[in-house]
Amino acid sequence: MSVLIILLIASLSVALVFLGLFIWNVRNRQYDDGFSPPQRILFDDPPLITDPEHLHKN
Amino acid sequence: MVYQLLDERGLCQYYQLNDHPGINLRLSVRKDKFAFLDEEKMNTALVSFKNETETHTTLYLPQIHCSSCLYLLENLHRLEPGVIASRIDFTAKKISVVFRQQQISLRQVVELLASLGYEPYISLHDLGQSRPGLSRSMVYQLGVAGFCFGNIMLLCFPEYLGLKVSSDASDKALQTAFRYISFVLALPILFYSSIPFYRSAWGSLRRGLLNIDAPIVLAIWVTFSRSVWEVLSGTGSGYFDSMSGIVFFMLAGRVLQDKTYRQLSFERDYTAYFPMAVSIVAPAADSSRVGVPGPTVKALPDIRSGDTLLIHNGELIPADGILTRGKALIDYSFVTGESAPVAREIGELVYAGGRQTGSSIEVLVVKEVVQSYLTQLWDRQEKPAPAAPLRPSLSETASSASTQTTRLRASAPARSPFALTSSDILSRYFTYVLFTIAALTAVFWAFHDPARIASAVTAVLIVACPCALLLSTTFTNGNLLRILSRNQCYLRNAPTIERIAATTHIVFDKTGTLTDSAKADIFFEGKPLSPEDKNAIAAIASQSLHPHSKALAAFFTGKPEGPVSHFLEIPGKGLEGYFSGHHIRLGSSAFITGNPDSRQAVHIAIDGKYKGVFRYANHYREGIGELVCRLPMPCSVLSGDTDREKQRLKEIFGPDAELLFHQSPADKERYISQLQAAGKQVLFIGDGLNDAGALRQSNVGIALSSDNNTFTPASDVILNERQLWQLPAFIRLCRSGHRIILASFIVSILYNIVGLSFAVRGELSPLVAAILMPASSLSILLLTYSCSGLAGRLLLRKSAKPATPDVSGKRLRSSATAQK
Repeated sequence: MSVLIILLIASLSVALVFLGLFIWNVRNRQYDDGFSPPQRILFDDPPLITDPEHLHKN
Repeated sequence: MVYQLLDERGLCQYYQLNDHPGINLRLSVRKDKFAFLDEEKMNTALVSFKNETETHTTLYLPQIHCSSCLYLLENLHRLEPGVIASRIDFTAKKISVVFRQQQISLRQVVELLASLGYEPYISLHDLGQSRPGLSRSMVYQLGVAGFCFGNIMLLCFPEYLGLKVSSDASDKALQTAFRYISFVLALPILFYSSIPFYRSAWGSLRRGLLNIDAPIVLAIWVTFSRSVWEVLSGTGSGYFDSMSGIVFFMLAGRVLQDKTYRQLSFERDYTAYFPMAVSIVAPAADSSRVGVPGPTVKALPDIRSGDTLLIHNGELIPADGILTRGKALIDYSFVTGESAPVAREIGELVYAGGRQTGSSIEVLVVKEVVQSYLTQLWDRQEKPAPAAPLRPSLSETASSASTQTTRLRASAPARSPFALTSSDILSRYFTYVLFTIAALTAVFWAFHDPARIASAVTAVLIVACPCALLLSTTFTNGNLLRILSRNQCYLRNAPTIERIAATTHIVFDKTGTLTDSAKADIFFEGKPLSPEDKNAIAAIASQSLHPHSKALAAFFTGKPEGPVSHFLEIPGKGLEGYFSGHHIRLGSSAFITGNPDSRQAVHIAIDGKYKGVFRYANHYREGIGELVCRLPMPCSVLSGDTDREKQRLKEIFGPDAELLFHQSPADKERYISQLQAAGKQVLFIGDGLNDAGALRQSNVGIALSSDNNTFTPASDVILNERQLWQLPAFIRLCRSGHRIILASFIVSILYNIVGLSFAVRGELSPLVAAILMPASSLSILLLTYSCSGLAGRLLLRKSAKPATPDVSGKRLRSSATAQK
């Protein structure tokens, strides 16, 4: 039955990865603006964001 | 012009994205308006990051409204090679621009935006400290709680299913391992996710009050301690799942309820109203204006008395001063509530906060910004204003401001952050009942089986935690806030709902609230005018920037054709000029007929013959009469204006309503505190700075705004002016919220009775707890959500006007398409 423990650890670590992703998303302000990204994807010629990281630093 | 620019760069997709892109193509911006951005100090205030090659800045563009804006503004680098990238935060209406400062300056970026119709709003506020970032800690706490809750539930499934543990040692080890992992997962809930509840409970306990969070904290700790004891002693699996579930659902409710509107600010002070910099003609050092090369710009806090400022048309006067050049015609409606602009001659005093209309003027500063009348209007609360000899002469309306130096703070106790809401009071009774039941249970078991006291009492405390009450409150409030905000009524926080529901008296401000300051009703008295005459009057009137002339020009719908010659504007008197051979004179009574007349009117003379007079009256917002009829409580009207509108207001409000005129800001505040002293819960609706004190004093202060981004004084609610007619429905909705909370509370009590019947017998199994807890939480969640949604739909539909409610919006759009 000790295989269950291994499975448990595996499932917990997967869940932890998702928790980490969630925190990263919030920190990265991805939930702040729900309007622009769905619009942006529809533009034929997407704006050239050379380095999107820069914009999130400020 | 904008189209040409876009066409050249192949951005015509802009026009295909939306039916009505570009609603407000502003008038062209004055050439040196943004010259102040070249100054080092102001530059650094707006720049967030800078290195050798590139600069990052974030600007507030209130005009952003559709996907076309997004497209256009994110393609700035195509319009201007110096821009590296730009990105929009749509909900905050902000643009982040990265540009190469060697190729383009900040000023040029701002001017580019302004030329596209998106003029950044730069105020003194930007010069100050950077705003504290949005608190996201509760979202993290919610995420952690959700993670722990889900995993603990998963680990508890064997227990739920009642799987019998065989005597096998490995099975036993597995069970122990599961329990210990749940224990470890419960720790972050206890020590991280529950922090908001500890903080709130501690905050109120320190003030000697018992709010709803105190019994919840107790329940969390009792559940945890008992679970730890069970796990460590190997007697059971504990209630970690119930505990984490409670915390998770309650946090979700809190997050929903505390959702903030990022684009709005309820705590604005004068710095957000003032510009960042002004043009200076002569600094204080050499007040003789000889040999000064030209206007320079200076940051607003650096202005000293003795400086001479240059104020252009439409600009704000930032400091009290003496008019030294030009003809001032100052619109103080925002500050005093007077609708008519005030004329000032050279040598007279002008006060901060007014907006100059007409030609440019020069003002010699006599008081620095922080000491000016306007600033003191704001700060009166904190520090009593010293009675200055200057102030009373602003106008009659402001004269008593200095006399009112102390404020009645005692009458507004409901504003403290730890104030008790009705759910707190309910929960207090709840707590007493709970402790009684727990004590009775303990006594009962002490006689029958003393070994079961601990388990029975803790079970009572676990089951009967008032989390259901908290859940129903937060979810109902959260949903009501959402419904209201969809109708462009934004509440500062959830307790405001309760205060709106408790309102027993409504006080309206007149100017800008009941009336639309942008419009005026015009009546003509005299012989009927021929079409040629009308055309000529419109042509002459359209030459002037005076609000009366503008209103008159807008009154005649057709576009005047033909040139105007020999046009002359005599400030404070009137206009004259020639149009197709006729000599047209418009202006005050004294100017045309020679007899002075104080009423607001424009008299007309054509070729020396008197033709008649245009009279002006306030334009009341549509649906005001209906609004007043449907209000379920008495109301009053306070006006800083003269009583010339008294008759019309009487017709609208009926004979019972109290109408008061010539009210200074302090008078309004005093009137409200008088009502409060008479035991009334007062709701005040105003728009201007003159209402700031009254907004603060009232139980609920509603600030009207023309759109969600214009400046509003500090208030509890920001309401779009087009939604004012829905006010009765909003009040009813807030009242229904109270009933929904009560109903779901009763449901939760039913659940509690079921749970308690298990608990007092000492038979609360983890399975029962695990079923009861999510079942009660989810059913309450569904109940509150559907009830409040239903109430919102019913009330707001019932009040929906059959006529088009959004007339002004449509008009705006059609005029914009015409401009293209």
